[in-house]
Amino acid sequence: MNTIEPQGCRPRRLTVGRVGVYAFLLTAALFILLPLWIMIMTSLKPMDEIRLGNIVALPTALTFEAWSKAWSSACTGLECNGISVGFWNSVRILIPSVALSIIVGAINGYALSFWRVKGANVMFGVLLLGAFIPYQVFLYPLVRIFSMTGIYNSLLCIILVHVIFGLPTMTLLFRNYYLGLPIELFKAARIDGGGFWSIFFRVILPMSTPMLVVATILQVTGIWNDFIFGLTFAGRQNLPMTVQLNNIVHSTQGERAYNVDMAATMLAALVPLVVYFVSGRWFVRGIAAGAVKG
Amino acid sequence: MDTISIRAPSISAPRATVRHRIRTRLPASLALLPTALVVLVVYIGCLLWTVRLSFTSSALLPKLDWVGLAQYSRLFANDRFLTSAENILIFGCLFISGCLILGFLLAVFIDQNVRGESLFRTVFLYPYAMSFVVTGVAWQWFLNPGLGLQKLVRDMGFPNFTFDWLVNQDMAIYTIVIAGIWHGAGLTMAILLAGLRGVDGDLWKAARVDGIPTWRVYISVVLPLLRPMIVTATVLLATGVVKLYDLVVAMTLGGPGIATEVPAKFVMDHLFERNNIALGTAAATIMLIAVVSVLAPWVYARYIRSQGRLG
Repeated sequence: MNTIEPQGCRPRRLTVGRVGVYAFLLTAALFILLPLWIMIMTSLKPMDEIRLGNIVALPTALTFEAWSKAWSSACTGLECNGISVGFWNSVRILIPSVALSIIVGAINGYALSFWRVKGANVMFGVLLLGAFIPYQVFLYPLVRIFSMTGIYNSLLCIILVHVIFGLPTMTLLFRNYYLGLPIELFKAARIDGGGFWSIFFRVILPMSTPMLVVATILQVTGIWNDFIFGLTFAGRQNLPMTVQLNNIVHSTQGERAYNVDMAATMLAALVPLVVYFVSGRWFVRGIAAGAVKG
Repeated sequence: MDTISIRAPSISAPRATVRHRIRTRLPASLALLPTALVVLVVYIGCLLWTVRLSFTSSALLPKLDWVGLAQYSRLFANDRFLTSAENILIFGCLFISGCLILGFLLAVFIDQNVRGESLFRTVFLYPYAMSFVVTGVAWQWFLNPGLGLQKLVRDMGFPNFTFDWLVNQDMAIYTIVIAGIWHGAGLTMAILLAGLRGVDGDLWKAARVDGIPTWRVYISVVLPLLRPMIVTATVLLATGVVKLYDLVVAMTLGGPGIATEVPAKFVMDHLFERNNIALGTAAATIMLIAVVSVLAPWVYARYIRSQGRLG
């Protein structure tokens, strides 16, 4: 960590420059916080108050009605069961998808970084390229494949899709991490007669905690926030929260209940926000690890 | 690759036989098999399938006839597609440069030994944790002319203030840009800040000795040093540009009219709603070509060339 300049020099330039720095940062912070503020305020007001305008004002008649309505009785088309349906669907999609994609990613990364398998690097190269290709290129044939095997529009289908498209990032993440571990460790385990799986479970996996945390953060936010896969593969019964939120917002008839919309939006944002605030620097590490480390 | 080949014999050299090597490596190969299958079937197979379908006349169901480039000429005569392509260019340029500029400024200002640094960082990055659907819905509400920002400013004593970009055909795409920058600027800041922290402290001392103003050092010395981070951020943002779909769906549904249509939405609509598979896959293929031609050199330089253990 390097300081900008020697400590002694600062007081001289304190006034104008420092004030400017803080003014800029505070303005930027306000701009970035404004939508969140407006969402929360709107969700706590009754509709009468919203119609008067002034979206940034604190509610005069504080009410949590919109939140409970958004959770349990907001309508998406004909069904009026609230966004809670989507919440539980998202949970059901999230847990197996995250677990499976991390396990597969860790095994791939281990095999790629410690073992010499013919063609593995070519496979890895293709996988990495795949990470940059727009999903639209794969979607239609994938839908056909899943329909042919009869699992299209099911929980299994959407989980598989998340695992498939999580492969590049997860594999890259663990491969890079394992490449940073000392090779002597692996050699010693080999000399002791460890095989592929025993080395993985006894030596490598116990050392992977930091990457497991990073990968979990990355996948939880990524999969929770997914829209396009849920829309395409999950089927009516399993629509995730993001898709349901979109349906609620766009399917209202008559006057839109903005307070309910905003409460539903906040509910949909809650899980990733909690993950973000709890994980702190790990979150940044997660984004950076997938990208910066090459 | 080469380093691994040095390593392997040293492990098993004393009693290495071909058989032994095969037996010990078999589990590794088996472990990679599912991924290899996915790469073959999905990443290569589905991609080729999509390209193949774009040369057919498939409508509701896929056919395997051959109509040459007919779908592509239809595509480039299609207003919706042309608008989509134009929009993604506008969005891409403004979004990437906006995020880079704002992200750089935020990173530089945060790097000035400010109090509450981690609080500022947390605030700047939180939008990135939210989904595009949430972002879109929030900004749609904030920018709606009836009750949102426009009314707020009018009520504050500026009755002629107009900000109706969201419902204005010519300006709607810029509201998507604003929402996008709001979502992505923090990420750029985080990446560039990591780069700034890596800048040698002696550089600042030298600059002080020479009496060079701070802003000049940032522009002329620090910015070139940050090149790798800027490239990384740009690539991350660019992949986001190509995938732009949820934000548009949540915010404008492509409207007003077709003013905010984007290629990803064009493909989705034609594949799953308009029953025009051939045209949809043709558009997807164009997206693929665009992405590959931009990213292939970068990916090559970054990953393929530097494979194996670097220590």
